[in-house]
Amino acid sequence: MLKAVILIGGPQKGTRFRPLSFEVPKPLFPVAGVPMLQHHIEACAKVPNMKEILLIGFYQPNEELTRFLFTSQQEFKITIRYLQEYAALGTGGGLYHFRDQILSGGPQAFFVMNADVCSEFPLPEMLAFHKEHGDPSSLVILGTTANRKQSLNYGCIVENEETNEVLHYVEKPSTFVSDIINCGIYLFTPDIFQHIAGVFQKNQQDILLEEPANGWHRAAAIRLEQDIFTALAGQGKLYVYKTLSFWSQIKSAGSAIYASRLYLNRYHITHPERLACNQEGGPKISGTVYIHPTANIDPSAVLGPNVSIGTGVTIGAGVRVRESIILHGATLQDHCCVLNCIVGWDSTIGKWARVEGTPSDPNPNDPYAKIDSETLFRDSKLTPSITILGCNVTIPSEVIILNSIVLPHKDLNRSFKNQIIL
Amino acid sequence: MKALILVGGYGTRLRPLTLSVPKPLVEFCNKPTLLHQVEALVQAGVDHVVLAVSYMSDVLEKEMRIQEQRLGIRISLSHEKEPLGTAGPLALARDLLCDDNEPFFVLNSDVICDFPFQEMLQFHRNHGNQGTIVVTRVEEPSKYGVVVFEAEGGRIQRFVEKPQVFVSNKINAGMYIFNPSMLQRIQLRPTSIEKEIFPVMAEEGQLYAMELQGFWMDIGQPKDFLTGMCMYLQSLRQHAPDRLCTGPGFLGNVLVDPSARIGENCSIGPNVTLGAGVVVEDGVRVRRCTVLKGARLRSHSWLDSCIVGWNSSVGQWVRMENVTVLGEDVIVNDELYLNGANVLPHKSITDSVAEPRIIM
Repeated sequence: MLKAVILIGGPQKGTRFRPLSFEVPKPLFPVAGVPMLQHHIEACAKVPNMKEILLIGFYQPNEELTRFLFTSQQEFKITIRYLQEYAALGTGGGLYHFRDQILSGGPQAFFVMNADVCSEFPLPEMLAFHKEHGDPSSLVILGTTANRKQSLNYGCIVENEETNEVLHYVEKPSTFVSDIINCGIYLFTPDIFQHIAGVFQKNQQDILLEEPANGWHRAAAIRLEQDIFTALAGQGKLYVYKTLSFWSQIKSAGSAIYASRLYLNRYHITHPERLACNQEGGPKISGTVYIHPTANIDPSAVLGPNVSIGTGVTIGAGVRVRESIILHGATLQDHCCVLNCIVGWDSTIGKWARVEGTPSDPNPNDPYAKIDSETLFRDSKLTPSITILGCNVTIPSEVIILNSIVLPHKDLNRSFKNQIIL
Repeated sequence: MKALILVGGYGTRLRPLTLSVPKPLVEFCNKPTLLHQVEALVQAGVDHVVLAVSYMSDVLEKEMRIQEQRLGIRISLSHEKEPLGTAGPLALARDLLCDDNEPFFVLNSDVICDFPFQEMLQFHRNHGNQGTIVVTRVEEPSKYGVVVFEAEGGRIQRFVEKPQVFVSNKINAGMYIFNPSMLQRIQLRPTSIEKEIFPVMAEEGQLYAMELQGFWMDIGQPKDFLTGMCMYLQSLRQHAPDRLCTGPGFLGNVLVDPSARIGENCSIGPNVTLGAGVVVEDGVRVRRCTVLKGARLRSHSWLDSCIVGWNSSVGQWVRMENVTVLGEDVIVNDELYLNGANVLPHKSITDSVAEPRIIM
């Protein structure tokens, strides 16, 4: 049997996702209409013999997460449990801490994946690859190709081109090493814990040599990438399965719009029922659009491509929405135009207002380009990016909000451009 | 009676509009600028208008032939081969202006106001001297040349260029009436009437100032063109409210040509002029704009402080503001944002213009 572990991190992570992560844990932020994590869970639930999905992180148990676990278990008919770390133990440390839970029932192998990636999740292909390559205890990293410049932002993998064995692994190198990068999705066998244990014990010895601060020993985080993969590379234990299917990180809010587009396009194959179509009495749909059934949309509105409309959203006459995520309870009044935006929960956009951002898509002319892990400021100026309205923001009629980030619960009274509005 | 209108050259300050149409023929509030002046002159008894032009345009000439017929007057074009400033054109047109012994009007073609030609003539006859200039009050006299004159009677004492201390808040409004004898002061060479002729006339006690009542604007550039439009529409509201549109969908002063078509759920105004054959589709919001003949505003577009050139098309959900000026036959693609764009004729705009600039 198989299991899957999804590393969901905690509230101290995901700051680049502010102000949206103030309202909802980032892994539950909706991408293409469903929580980011649900795409992982759907992929795992489809794998034959998958018995259990474990989420590991350091979020306090909260209502959203509990409700999500409950509805997902119902919907996908699989056990899903949340295991809370007492501190941020690192990607490897969390796995090691909960090794008994993971190994209970005796899985032959288990997937491990980061929550903040979007992917086609070629899990069956990884299983098949594992069977064909190396010894049964070997580990598989999902890899993809990046361009030379952007590869420096990722874990870089040098492989033996014939055997796909990982010869060298380095996390975020400062000079070019390889254009094969780590996708943050792995297939492990229980043997992984021997390797983590080695690092763990060494850390424990190091800690014992230190003076305890305030009577406590610090918990040493163990990172899969730097601490485990780097050591295992070249040992005949680690393999890379390279995929040509879509993949992206979801670090910034801007990348959520890009990830939404990838998933929405994928819905043509996986979930055609989730895509809105042009119907008598419905809005005009252009390209891929997700509309929650509870949304109320005027037939004269034009939506798409790449639009996701959440629960209870109201969209007035003559509204235009493109490349945007509209979160639940938001109201877009007549004739307003929303482009490249995330409109926060219960926010209101007035008549004829224009709320627009600048897309941060990867270069479309470079097949290996990834979304840039943009910094908020460049040369002390706000980098033009998608516009984000936090929860319960009010935009008055007829103004323009361009390339701006509006923090929650603000009532604006004029136009803003290229600003963060506290 | 005669009048000379200083039309001048290419009207570069009003580009891109003047790349397609000679400046005097650009419609201001649905009537060519020049006709605002000519019609007011005709009403005051003028039967011969001389246009001082520094570049000849067939379009202008042809249009003037039509207006001669329509108004039953004579319109001459006096062509300067080299720029003659603001006084030289008077010398060039000397023969046309003094074939009778009547006073004649001179005006700057960029000026718009409630033209007071009757009062000027009256005032001029009353003081009996060589010249009268109309003055108008400004808020910031330090930006202009001001006119200092006697409160009683209006005899001008002096002119002060950009005064640093307050001496007067009245400036030359670009409208004059002169006796033909004044022409002896001007030679056929480039000369500034304001700097070289008026000070001498004032010194000799021959120049009087008449204060203008009501609004006044030099509409030589787009920003002032729009301000002048607001003033003109407000004046219409007071003097001819029937010419303005009222009813649901209209806010404030809105002037619409009868052949323009407006869709549903629009909000037009305040201060909007829609020209002949203009089409405004459904759900459009326009304020403080001039939309010239044959232009189309597509659904849900939003425009503030813009001039939309002849036969241009503004796409759906376009936002245009901050003195965006579209030349003739410009197409703005759907969903774009134009902030202070100056677009030359026959362009198709496919990308937003976030900061003011010229689109060649």
